[in-house]
Amino acid sequence: MKLEGKKQVWKDYQKEIADDHYFYVRSCIRQNFFPGSEQTFLKILRTELNKDIYENPHHTTCSGIGYHSDVVPFETIQTVVARQFALMTEAGYKNLAVSCITSFGIYNEIIETWKEFPAELEKIRGFLKKATGREFEIPENVAHASDIVYKFREDILQKAKYKLVNKNTGQPLKIVEHIGCHYSKMFPSKGVGGAEFPHVLVGMIESWGGEVIDYPERRHCCGFGFRQYLVMSNRGYSVSNSRKKFESMEPYKPDAILCNCPGCPMFLDRWQYVIEEMEGKTYGQNGQGIPVLTYEEMAGLVLGYNPWDMGMQMHQTNVEPLLDKMGIDYNPELKYADKAGKIIGTPAMIGCGCE
Amino acid sequence: MELYQELTKDVRFEEGLKSCMNCGVCTAICPAAEFYDYDPRLIAGIVQSKDEKRIEELLKSDTIWYCGECMSCKTRCPRGNTPGLIIMALRSLSQELGYFAESEKGRQQLAIKRVIGENIVNKGYCVLPESLVPELHPEQGPVGEWIYENKEEVFARVGANYNGEGEGALRKIPQESIDEIKKIFEVTGGYERFEKIEHFSKLKAKEMGYSENGDNYSEYINHIFTTNNGKHNRQ
Repeated sequence: MKLEGKKQVWKDYQKEIADDHYFYVRSCIRQNFFPGSEQTFLKILRTELNKDIYENPHHTTCSGIGYHSDVVPFETIQTVVARQFALMTEAGYKNLAVSCITSFGIYNEIIETWKEFPAELEKIRGFLKKATGREFEIPENVAHASDIVYKFREDILQKAKYKLVNKNTGQPLKIVEHIGCHYSKMFPSKGVGGAEFPHVLVGMIESWGGEVIDYPERRHCCGFGFRQYLVMSNRGYSVSNSRKKFESMEPYKPDAILCNCPGCPMFLDRWQYVIEEMEGKTYGQNGQGIPVLTYEEMAGLVLGYNPWDMGMQMHQTNVEPLLDKMGIDYNPELKYADKAGKIIGTPAMIGCGCE
Repeated sequence: MELYQELTKDVRFEEGLKSCMNCGVCTAICPAAEFYDYDPRLIAGIVQSKDEKRIEELLKSDTIWYCGECMSCKTRCPRGNTPGLIIMALRSLSQELGYFAESEKGRQQLAIKRVIGENIVNKGYCVLPESLVPELHPEQGPVGEWIYENKEEVFARVGANYNGEGEGALRKIPQESIDEIKKIFEVTGGYERFEKIEHFSKLKAKEMGYSENGDNYSEYINHIFTTNNGKHNRQ
C-alpha cells in the first residue's frame, strides 16, 4: 500500500522492536554506576511482563569505550562484537537487547558497515573463526533496553502503584529527558522517533503521567566525550557541557532528569555536585539538586519498587525530592544499609543540598 | 608513505568524507568546538585538500584529540559527512605512525591504553570499580568514595554479582572468555596498536627526560594524565 503525506513522513521515525526472546548484553558503565538498574530491567521483563530474556555469563565488554577513546582498532571491536553475536547465535536467539547506548551505537555502526562494505564482514568472519573457532549470524532485531521499556510502557502503567504526579498539587511532574548521543544521532532510523524527535523517553514520561519539558539545549551532549572524561586534565570539557545543559533547563524548574544512556545520568548527577563545590550553585528547588534517573529506576518507582533495592542511594545528587513529590513510601534510615539491613557507613554528603 | 592514501584505506574515512562544502553546520553543533579551539569544518577541509604537509601537521597536533566522538555532526551535515569518523581515522593513523606523541593531548593515549585497554584484555570490561580511585576521580564525590570503600556490601545490596561466578552485573568474566578476547586482540591488530602506543610513548618519555625507574614510566603517566598547558580552549 502506498503511504502518503504525514504517514509517509513519520514512517522514517518508527522502529520495530522485538516483543520477546531477548539476548541481553550488559553495559560496563551501567553495571559500575547503576548496577541496580540492570537488575530492575531484568526483574520487570521477567516478573512483570513474563518475557524471556537470556544472559550468557561469557559475554564481555563490547570494548566500546576503548574504541571511542581510540586505543582499540575498528577490526578488533568488530570481532569482539562478532563474538557476542556468536554467543547469541549459539544460544538460539535472534533479538539483541542492549543495556548500553555506546554499545547500541557500535552494534548499529558495525552492522551498517557490513552492509556497506561486505568485504569487511567476510574479513571479520575470518578473524573470529581464527581467534575463537566461532561463527555467527547477524541479529534480526537490535533494541536498546529503553526501546523495550518504551514498547511495554502501557503494560507497566497497568501495574503502576505511583504516577509521575505531584501528590501535593495533583499536577504532572516536570521531567527533562536526555537521550544518549549514540542512541540515534548516528543512525536516526535505529531509534524511536529518530534523531530529531526521539520519543523513547517522552513516551514513558507521558504514559506514566508526567510532563515533558522542552528547553534550548535539550539535544546537547552530556559532555562524556570519552577521552575528555577518562583523562583527568580533560574533564573541564565534560563538566562544561553538562553545565550548559543545567543552565538551559534551570528556568523550567524540572522535577527530575531522565536518561537512557548509562553514562549521561552519572555525569549529570556527579557534575551537579562538582558545580556546587566549585561555584556554590545548585539547579533544583530549595537549594537542592535535580534528581537524575535511569529509565529503569523510573519504571521501578512507578511499579512501586524500593528505591534502595534499585541502587538509588548510589546517586550523588539526592533523589528524595522526587520520591517525596511522588509520595513514595521509603525508609530513609535504610538508605545506606547492606543486604541484611545493617548500616554500611554514611557518605559525607556535602553536595547538592544534601544533608 | 602518502598520508591521504593511507586514510582512504579506513572504511570510516570513506564513510565520513563524501564532499564537504564547508558550510560549518558541524562546527555550530559541536560540543568540542564550543569548549576547545577546535573547528571540525577545518578538519574536513584539510583532509579534502589532500595537502600532505597539512595532513601531517594535523596528525601531530592537539587538534585531532579535541573531538568527543559524540557524533552530533553526523546528524546535521547536509552532505552526509561525519567529521567524527574522519577524526577516528586520523587518530588511528596518528597512533600507527607515532605522531600522537608529538602533542600534549595525543600523549594521553598511553594513560588510556594503560587503564581502559588493559581492563579489556585482562578483565573483559572497559571500566572496573577498582579503577575509580577517589584521588583520581574526585568528581565521584563522597558517595563515589563510599561505594569505592564498601564495594562488596554496596554491590551485593543492589543485586550485583561483584566478582562472582555465573551471570549478573560485575560478574567475573570466565578465564576462557578472557582468553578469547586476548586472542581476538592478537589476530586483529589490537595488541599491535597497544605496542605502538607503548613504543612511541616511551621514546617520547625518554626525550622529555623521564626514565623507566622500575615502575614502567609511572611518573610520565602521571604527567600526561594531569597536565594541561591551558592553551587548548577557545579564547
